[in-house]
Amino acid sequence: MAAVSKRIVLHFPKRLTNESIVYKLVKDYDLAFNILKASVTPGEEGILVMELTGEQRNYDKGVKYLTETGVKIQSLSQDVVWNESRCTHCGACITLCPTGAFSIDTKTRKVIFDNGKCVVCELCVKACPPHAMELYF
Amino acid sequence: MAKTIAEINDKIKKGQAVVVTAEEIIEIAGKKGVSQAAKEVDVVTTGTFGPMCSSGAYFNVGHTKPRIKLGGGKVYLNDVPTYTGLAAVDIFLGATALPDDDPKNRIYPGEFRYGGGHVIEEIVAGKDIRLVATAYGTDCYPRRKLETMINIKDMNEAVLFNIRNAYQNYNVAVNQSDKTIYTYMGVLKPELGNANYSTAGQLSPLFNDPYYKTIGIGTKIFLGGGVGYVAWQGTQHNPNVLRGDNGVPKRGAGTLAVIGDLKQMKPAWLVGTSFLGYGCTLTVGIGVPIPVLSEEILRYTMVTDGEIYAPVVDYSEAYPQRKPDVLGEVSYKELKSGKITTKGKDIPTASLSSYPGAVEIAGILKDWIKKGKFLLTEPVALLPGVESGIVFKPLEERPIL
Repeated sequence: MAAVSKRIVLHFPKRLTNESIVYKLVKDYDLAFNILKASVTPGEEGILVMELTGEQRNYDKGVKYLTETGVKIQSLSQDVVWNESRCTHCGACITLCPTGAFSIDTKTRKVIFDNGKCVVCELCVKACPPHAMELYF
Repeated sequence: MAKTIAEINDKIKKGQAVVVTAEEIIEIAGKKGVSQAAKEVDVVTTGTFGPMCSSGAYFNVGHTKPRIKLGGGKVYLNDVPTYTGLAAVDIFLGATALPDDDPKNRIYPGEFRYGGGHVIEEIVAGKDIRLVATAYGTDCYPRRKLETMINIKDMNEAVLFNIRNAYQNYNVAVNQSDKTIYTYMGVLKPELGNANYSTAGQLSPLFNDPYYKTIGIGTKIFLGGGVGYVAWQGTQHNPNVLRGDNGVPKRGAGTLAVIGDLKQMKPAWLVGTSFLGYGCTLTVGIGVPIPVLSEEILRYTMVTDGEIYAPVVDYSEAYPQRKPDVLGEVSYKELKSGKITTKGKDIPTASLSSYPGAVEIAGILKDWIKKGKFLLTEPVALLPGVESGIVFKPLEERPIL
C-alpha cells in the first residue's frame, strides 16, 4: 500500500474546536501529523495547517472522517498564491522566507516561488512590498 | 570623435542610431575597446525600478457647478488625504500619504496596505477614484462639500512630479540588534540576519554618468512607462561624497527630480508599494538615455557591478541615531551573489529594487530610440557637480524663542 504525505488546511466550525480530532487521526487511522500552523480558539472557527502522512487507504478514511465530522478540507497548495502580475521581481522575499520557498533565477534575476516549500507562515504576504503574495482560505 | 546630441538625433531620425543598454555596453566595449565602441555606439540606455518615496502627482480636477474652493480645504482620494494649499482645484497627492483611519504602527508592525502610491497606481490604471472634499466657502466659490467619482481622463492635468528619485547609490541595510526591525529598507532580521540593498547597480542611471556630464535639467527620460523629463536635481542631491577611482560614489550621492504627464504612463511602472512597519510608497520605473558624446562618457557607462561599492549600515542603531558608522563596504557583484560577509558573518542579501525591471526599462528605452520614437534632449542646465560645493546638511535643532 502506497504511503502518502499531503499538506492540507483544516477549517473547524465553532462546535468542533473543543474536540480531539487530531488525536483520532493518529489513533484510529494511524496517520502521522506535522502541524505547520494552527489557530484554534475554543468557541471560534479554527484553522489548522498540517502535513498528514500515512497509507493511502488510511489517509482516505481519515479525510472521510474529517469531512463527516464537519471539518472543511483544502489542499495547502492553494493557499499562498504568487500573483505574478503584481510581482515586481525585487526579491525582498528571498531572505525572509524561513523555508527558502523563494529563489532568484541567476540568469534573469527574476523571482521564483516554489509552492512545495511553502508552509503558509504568511511572512511574505505582509512583507511583500507590492503585495504580490496572496492568502486564500 | 566627439559627437553632439544633434548629430545623434539625426541618426535616430534616420533609424541609424546604435543604441545599447548599460548592461550590453560592458561586453561590447570590452571586446571592441573604448575608442572603437565610442565611435560606433550613440546611446547607452539605463534603467531603475524601485521604491522611491519622494514621489507624487498633482491634479487639476476641473471646476464644479457651483464652484468649490478645494484650496485650503480637505480633499481625499480613495480616503487618502491630498495637499490642498494651492489654487481652487489643484491638489497634490504624495506617495506616502495614508488614510486618516489607517492604524499605522499602533498595531505594530503596521501593514500600510493602501496609501498615496496605491492611489496613483489606480489613477494611472484608469480606475474611477472617490473624491471627497470639504471647503470653507467663499462668495466666488460657495460650495462646501463635494463627493464624486473622478477619472484621469476627465482631469485637466494629471502630472507625476517626483522631487527625489533615482538615488545614485544607497545604503545596504542590516540589523545588529537582537530583535527584528521593520524599516524602509524592508524587514531586517536580528543579529545581521539579512542585508537589503536597493539600486540597479550597473544599470542605474546615475552610476553610468557619475559626474552628471550628460544628465541635466530638461533631459528626456523614460518615466513610469511614458515620457518624462528631469526637472531639477532631486532633494538631498549631494555630489560631494566619497568616490572611487572610477568616479562612482561610494555613498548615496546624486538624485533626480522628475516630471511627466501621468496620462501617458502605465500602472506596471508606477506600483503602489507597502513596507511592513514603515509605510506606503510608490515603486517608480525610470530610464535615462546617455548620449555617447566622447570616449570619457563611454568609459563611465562601462561600469560594472564589481566596481560599484555601497556602505553597510546598521538600521537598529547607526541609522536611526544619525551616527556616521559604516560596518563595511561591499560591491554590487557581491550583493547580487546572494551573500555578503560583514563583521566576519555571512549575510544573505536581497534587493528592494527590481533588477529585471531595470533591464526591461533599459530595453524599452533602447527600442523607442532605435525606432525613432524618442529623441534625445540637450540639457538646459547641468546638475550641480562636485565643484558646486554642496554640503548635505542635517537639521540641527534650536529652541523656539
